[in-house]
Order: sequence, then structure tokens, then C-alpha cells
Amino acid sequence: MNVAALFEPLMIALILTNLALLVTSRTGVLIRLIAAQGAILAFAPLFPSSNLPVHLALLCLAVFAIKAVAFPYLLSRTLRRIDADPLIEPYLGANLSAAAGIGGLLFSLWLEHRLPVPPGLFAPLLFPAALTTIFTGLILVVTRKNALTQVIGYLAAENGIFLFGAPLSRQGSVWLELSILLDVFVGVFVMGIAIHHINKTFESIDVDRFCTLRD
Amino acid sequence: MAAPAVLRILTALVLAPLLLGVINRVKAIFAGRQGRRLSQPYRDLFKLARKGAVYSRTTTWIFKAAPVVSLAAILAVLVLVPLGPGGPALSFTGDFILAVYLLALARAAVVLGALDTGSSFEGMGASREAAFSALAEPALFLCFLVLAASTHGLTLGVLLRGAALSSTAPELALAPIALFIVLLAENSRIPVDDPNTHLELTMIHEVMILDHSGPDLAFIEYGAAVKLWIFCAVLTGAVLPPLTGDPWLDFALAVAGVFACAACVGVVESVMARLRLPRVPKLLALACACATIALILTLWR
Repeated sequence: MNVAALFEPLMIALILTNLALLVTSRTGVLIRLIAAQGAILAFAPLFPSSNLPVHLALLCLAVFAIKAVAFPYLLSRTLRRIDADPLIEPYLGANLSAAAGIGGLLFSLWLEHRLPVPPGLFAPLLFPAALTTIFTGLILVVTRKNALTQVIGYLAAENGIFLFGAPLSRQGSVWLELSILLDVFVGVFVMGIAIHHINKTFESIDVDRFCTLRD
Repeated sequence: MAAPAVLRILTALVLAPLLLGVINRVKAIFAGRQGRRLSQPYRDLFKLARKGAVYSRTTTWIFKAAPVVSLAAILAVLVLVPLGPGGPALSFTGDFILAVYLLALARAAVVLGALDTGSSFEGMGASREAAFSALAEPALFLCFLVLAASTHGLTLGVLLRGAALSSTAPELALAPIALFIVLLAENSRIPVDDPNTHLELTMIHEVMILDHSGPDLAFIEYGAAVKLWIFCAVLTGAVLPPLTGDPWLDFALAVAGVFACAACVGVVESVMARLRLPRVPKLLALACACATIALILTLWR
């Protein structure tokens, strides 16, 4: 089996993790799903050719270490420490979120035909999978009340952006990718501290409580 | 020469109750028990067939007609569903729509029979059955649409030639997943319904047939077994293409596939708990979403 044949199953697995992110209500499962998505993304820069330059291997390792290990560890540590209510009802239910995600997939497939992308730049399914991942992240950020879920949505959106950059990583943008990874890492670190403070001040990580003014 | 259509239908008629035996045996192995005999479903059916039926005074002819109509509709579907190479006994454009609605007719008959008893308990089960099957129906049709889009056929004989394994498109693997969830929901298996329970809060299918007895109950139980066979055959047909080229060997493989599906049902029942009722629609919506993604990606190609 050649390497390129594995790319499409990988992209479909990514789309499925997006669907799972949208229908899951438990924060613990969400963290595991975003870890799985990070692990899938770590393989994305390897395609389409099978030869492996050193800087690309470095990028894959860094992506795996940060997205599949460090982020989930930080998030689950925050989840453990704040001891929050595991179920905060979202603005948009699971079924509607899934429908919105499928709408995002349809839109990205339509957009792929409309955008003047240089032929051969994106492997098949990469563009729709990346754009659907960004949409999933946006849906999670907009429709969830749980601050931790919103961080996961932000990570999913960043995963989509990373996937867009993956085909370019062979052309020397690897250091740019690495610096973005570092930025996101710091971002998640800061968000973990922020969520801790939110939990201490409001006694919950339900962002709806920000609307109730207190003295 | 392919196995004749009569033989395929006879195989289904004879072996269908054995599927229930296989599911029970798998569950027993998982639980570390010896389990009942594989032939136990047959013995139960014979025992029921020998007994007389008791009818409540509040019931009408609908209650008596329900088991017959339901079994007849399910047996009619058996004629339309292929198993192994050679196609079904009867085939025409759009026969999958007839098959789905014949199954719906069978369900409607049992639901009406349950409502006819006038018991609020059975009415509750009937309402649940109707609600969940209404949610399972779009998922089932979406799966057939995925197969139709990939095989460019509109008969069950073409749709069920093992598109999932014979094609290189990975999204086609999503259709069997959705089909399996529909199989669990339509046949009242865990995680949707527990076929062994007699607790009023958890029952769906079992509660509807509480007032049936004797041969009537045997008809319904046998119909349920054949329906399980049909869904397993559809799932096998969606996954397994003719592998060897030898028609008899492929037929034997397809029958083995049907029993493998039953074993999978047994494994799911052993490792999962029943879902809370409000979560069942979520599961069926997930099946719909999987099938929709498969359909979108199949049409996109």
C-alpha cells in the first residue's frame, strides 16, 4: 500500500473527530478527542511523498508532542484542579451542532470549487477537512458556555489552520509553523490560568455568569 | 451456478432463530457462563406454537391480525434481500423502498396490536417503538442512498454487492457503521432496548407483545428473528463483496457474515449498558450524521 492511499482515510478520520467534538458534552471526552485530532495532524505534513527531510520529521514530532500530549495534559490538569460542573448545557444542542458541522463540510466542499487554488497544492480532501475543522472550532467557541470547551474549540480552529499550512511545510515554512505552535502553547497555558481564576471568582466556568453583574 | 433463490430463502427461514442463539451464546461467553443451548430459540418457538392463544375481551380483530400481518410483511422482505452472489429472488428498480416500508408495515401492525389491548403500559411501548423507528428510518435511507451513489444502482441486488470492501473510497466504511446502529435500534437490542428485561421503564419491543400468547407470540418472535436476519444480511451485503468467485463458497461466506454480524451484536450487548431513553435519539442522529457525511463525500467524488 502506498503512503498517499493512507491520506484520505486520515482526513475522513479527522472529519469524524470533528463530528464527535460537536456531539460530545463531557469535557473529559472532548480533551481526549482533541488529543486524537492532534495525533492525526502530526501525520499530515508527511504526505504526499514518502521521503522525510529532517526538518519535517522535527515538525511532526513537535506537533505530536504539543498537540497530542502537552495540550491534553494541560487541559485535563486544569479540569482536575478546578473540579468544575462536568455538564454545562450549551446554547446549541448536540444534534443542531452536528447539523451545523455537516453544513460546514458542505460549505467547504462548495468553496473548494470556487477558490482559485493552484492545482496540486492541496491533496484531495485536505481543503474541506481543514476548513471543516476551523468551522468546528468556531461552532464550539460560539455555542458553548463552558470556558474549557471554548479553549478546545480554539484549539480545533488552530488545528484546521495548521492543516492548511501542512502542504507548504515542505517549502521551508517549517520554522513559521513551529513558532505558531509555540504561540498556541503559551496561549493554552495562559488560558489554563485564566480558567482557574474564572472558576475562583465565579465559582463555575460557565461564561454565562459573566453577564450577571456583582458589586 | 449461483445458489438458487429458493435455497437462499430457505436458509434464512431455517437459520434465523439460530442468530438469537448465537447472540445469547456470545453474551454467555463474555459473562463467563455456559449459556443456554444454541437451539433454545427453536425450542421456545415450538413450545409456543403448540400452546393455545388467550385473547382479552377488550381486543378486536386487529389484535389477532397483527402477528400474521407482521410476519407476512417480514417474509415478503426476505424475497427482496439478496444474500451472496446471484441477486435476490425478486428485483426491480427501487425495491429497497418497498423493503423498508414492508418492515414499517410489520412494525405498524405490532404497534396497532399493542394499542388494541387498551393497556396504557403497551401504549407506552408502542409510542416508543414508533418514535425510535421514525428516527431510524432516515438513517437507513441515507445508508441506501450512499450505496446507490457509489454503485449507481437502484435495486437491492446491486446496492448490496459489498461496496465498502470492494471500493477504495474510505468514506464508504461509514455506511456500515450507520447501518449497524440502525440494526441495533430496529431489532431492539442494547444499547437501544434490552431484549431480556421486563422492567416497565426500559422496555420498548418486549412491552408491546406482553398480551400475545401461544402461536401469535411465536409468529411475532419468529418475525423478529427473520427481521434480525434481514438486517444482518443487508449489513453483510454492504460490506462483503463476492471474494472467491465460486458461487457456493461466496454464499457460505455470506451466511458466515450474517452470523458474524450477530456475534458483533452479542459483543456490543456484552460490553455496553443500555442508553438512557433521552439519549437514544442522539445515537440515531449520530447514525444519520455518519451516513450524511458518507453521502456528501461519495457525491463529491
